[in-house]
Amino acid sequence: MVPMRGLVPISLLVGFACMFPVQRAQGVQTKEERMVTGSAVGQPGGTITVAVRSDPKTLNPVLAVDESTREIIDCMNADLIHINRETQKTEPALAKSWSISRDGKIFILHLRRGLEFSDGQPFTADDVVFSFQVYLDEKIHSPQRDLLVVGGKPVSVKKIDELTVEFQLTEPYAAAERIFDGLAILPKHILETAYRNGTFSKLWGVSMPPNEFAGLGAFRLKEYVPGQRIVLERNPHYWKADRAGRRLPYIDQLVFLFVPSEDAQVIRFQAGDTDLLSRLSAENFAVLQREQTLRGYKLEDLGPGLEYNFLFFNLNNLTGKKLPEIERKQAWFEDTGFRQAVSAAIDRDGIVRLVYNGRATPLWSQVTPGNKLWVDSSLAAPPQSLDRARELLRTAHFSWNSTGDLLDARGRAVEFSILTSSSNAERSRIATLIQDDLTKLGMKVHVVSLDFSAMVDRLLNSFDYEAAVMGLASGDADPESEMNVWLSSGGTHLWNLTESKPATPWEAEIDRLMNQQQVTLDYKRRKHLYDQVQQIVAQELPLVCLASPHILVGAKNRVGNFHPAILAPYVLANVDELYVH
Amino acid sequence: MLNRRYKLWATLAVLAAFHGAILFAGFFAPYGYSTQDRALPYAPPSQIHFVDRQGEFHLRPFVYGLKDDPENYGSYVEDDQQAYPLRLVVSGSPYRLAGTFALRTHLFGTDSPGRLFLLGTDGYGRDQFSRLLYGGQISLAAGWIAAGLSILFGGIIGSLAGFYGGWLDDVLMRGGELFLALPWLYLLFAVRAALPLEVAQWQVFLLLIAVIGLIGWARPARLIRGIVLSAKERNFVTAARALGASDAYLLRKHILPQTYGVMLTQMTLLVPQYILAEVTLTFLGLGVSEPMASWGTLLSSLQQYYVLVSYWWMFLPALLLIPVFLSYYAAADALQERVKSVAL
Repeated sequence: MVPMRGLVPISLLVGFACMFPVQRAQGVQTKEERMVTGSAVGQPGGTITVAVRSDPKTLNPVLAVDESTREIIDCMNADLIHINRETQKTEPALAKSWSISRDGKIFILHLRRGLEFSDGQPFTADDVVFSFQVYLDEKIHSPQRDLLVVGGKPVSVKKIDELTVEFQLTEPYAAAERIFDGLAILPKHILETAYRNGTFSKLWGVSMPPNEFAGLGAFRLKEYVPGQRIVLERNPHYWKADRAGRRLPYIDQLVFLFVPSEDAQVIRFQAGDTDLLSRLSAENFAVLQREQTLRGYKLEDLGPGLEYNFLFFNLNNLTGKKLPEIERKQAWFEDTGFRQAVSAAIDRDGIVRLVYNGRATPLWSQVTPGNKLWVDSSLAAPPQSLDRARELLRTAHFSWNSTGDLLDARGRAVEFSILTSSSNAERSRIATLIQDDLTKLGMKVHVVSLDFSAMVDRLLNSFDYEAAVMGLASGDADPESEMNVWLSSGGTHLWNLTESKPATPWEAEIDRLMNQQQVTLDYKRRKHLYDQVQQIVAQELPLVCLASPHILVGAKNRVGNFHPAILAPYVLANVDELYVH
Repeated sequence: MLNRRYKLWATLAVLAAFHGAILFAGFFAPYGYSTQDRALPYAPPSQIHFVDRQGEFHLRPFVYGLKDDPENYGSYVEDDQQAYPLRLVVSGSPYRLAGTFALRTHLFGTDSPGRLFLLGTDGYGRDQFSRLLYGGQISLAAGWIAAGLSILFGGIIGSLAGFYGGWLDDVLMRGGELFLALPWLYLLFAVRAALPLEVAQWQVFLLLIAVIGLIGWARPARLIRGIVLSAKERNFVTAARALGASDAYLLRKHILPQTYGVMLTQMTLLVPQYILAEVTLTFLGLGVSEPMASWGTLLSSLQQYYVLVSYWWMFLPALLLIPVFLSYYAAADALQERVKSVAL
């Protein structure tokens, strides 16, 4: 049809336009502004199978919370601005370009022309405005709503024309572009009635008929078998194309199998049931590696992800908590010299070797080398030194008795327990190694494993613990996603959750730097601010950072364009470009 | 008759040997249970050589040092540049023999920095053989304490129920059934979660073992009740009662002695059962904590797939436990036969 139209005389076309304005509009719309991707040209057809931990809880992108659900839903939907998992920077998606006002408060997004949902209906600014209306609706309780509240005020969204949308913030926000990532744009034509009737939350449950769904993602729903699998099929209206001009995705079907444990996923991959595998433990990686050539798959060590594991001490204000023993020990924990001595005594290389089979990177602050844009690579990385640890303890008025036990200034023996979760074998092993290291300093350390919920209850509610080994992993590389950890009022400010104002001068300084970086738009200046936060963390050690496990993935050799990323969804980061040989 | 007696003494001798090695673990084990060698995680059992690489025979056996296999990350090859002879009665790390005498003498070992790992090492580079011996102290103690408590309470309750009968019997035996039906696993989780952290882990563990032992009174109580029930109807008991013997005298002099054989047999059956209960507890994360060793902690590493498929020597502790359990069951068997023959 397209070449035919080219032959129609211009005068005739103009005449048609005058008579049938509607048709002209449609004619313009069909000229689709596709996004052309850069990777190698693949072959169409075939199926790729991948395992997820559990059944999706919903297929409604506004309500999805857990990781398995998100992983599936993200393949069926698209966002306006996307974070490229490879470069960790933002890139155009449904919005082909955007401009920011000088004060950083107004964003104007230009949408791609002529795009269609997976049911063939057009995508316009109305869908964008509707989507944000739903995300921001407090009655819907979307987990993404918090992201869209900047400086205490929700983002306001306004349609300028069919393909232009304006977003307004009440204050400048450095990470503003990144909040669009993962926010699925919803089809207004399908969801609006239910939204008006107040039945939105019941919509798009797992058992919905496939034809009720429409999205802008690479795949659409085909079949869901509870407890076994969910099958997605190629979206024929998808808006990306390869260099040769062929519409993506290449594969016809994407199958998610529900396999509840990592070991079971490894066995399924080894047996050839799945094509892709992510988040392997180092030991299972070694197991799979031995049969790599024999079984026709390849494994990749992508280096450190964003997860950081750490030891921390209970610095919460315990007045009125009836925990006198712990309160007494806090005199040690609050001493920076004590924390520095502990950090100096820890054999991080031993942790990397014994716990992670060498597939981890030792850490001295919260930002891993995997976070390319934000890591302060000038930070010192002192190796384990018991001499330095003893020196620090001596300076902090600790001493040793004749049998080598460490005593505090009042002559009491230093003895405390480290809490870990029994469900996380790696962190339990880290705690055991730390225990052995600290024994060399004359400390008496006990490792206590509790089940995860009992541990979390102690860490967050009762504060009945002395020290703990934990890990955190933010979903995004931007320092903004770490706000809740480092602000003294943050909900994940683990070592001291009860502060009404910063308890120490250095926490006040972190607060200042974090708040400052949030409104600084220039990358270099922001980076400088966040570098200072990392330096304070490495110096004051509220969290004694230990190691960051590498992201380990695998794929069958038949999978083409395999470019996994260290950010979720790892092997599925470029699911629309994957193909089968 | 002679054969039967021989069987009992033989099994008891085997058990005594196991218990001796475990009680004096410090002497028999070449290393401490928490001694880590961070350069050698998951090292395979040391190969003991008599002939060196040059083909020369040595009367004194020796082991080679290990170095990382350059071709296969995470595994080791023998380094024939370093040979370490094995020696009997060597001086090594300090320990306390049976918890009392401080000593440094070990039965066998090799010259430092050489290492002798009879059963290989675990993920922290700790000697599995030493941990097996030290771990036995915890596991056997757990078995004996729990079994003792079960027999004690089961004996008291069973004899009271059997001797007095009537409503007391009904109440106690229905109570026993209730205990049998109790989902004790959740009870243990609840006990662990409720305890404060200052309580040392081994105290927690003893408490949990005591709980298991106490819960287990119902089965032995039923058995003992049955024996008491039949014993109190015997003619000599009736005669003693007619002569004016008190209840306490009857129980002590005539009835309880009849149950001793069964109690002893039950005990030998219950000990391995409670040792396995300890293994289960550890599997669920309720056992002793690192770095202490128990048979449960030795086996719990087998829950991980990579250990199952990569490090075969991690199975060895499990295999070595089989003879221990078998001797317990054989002892129970022999005791049973003996009790029967005495009763006849």
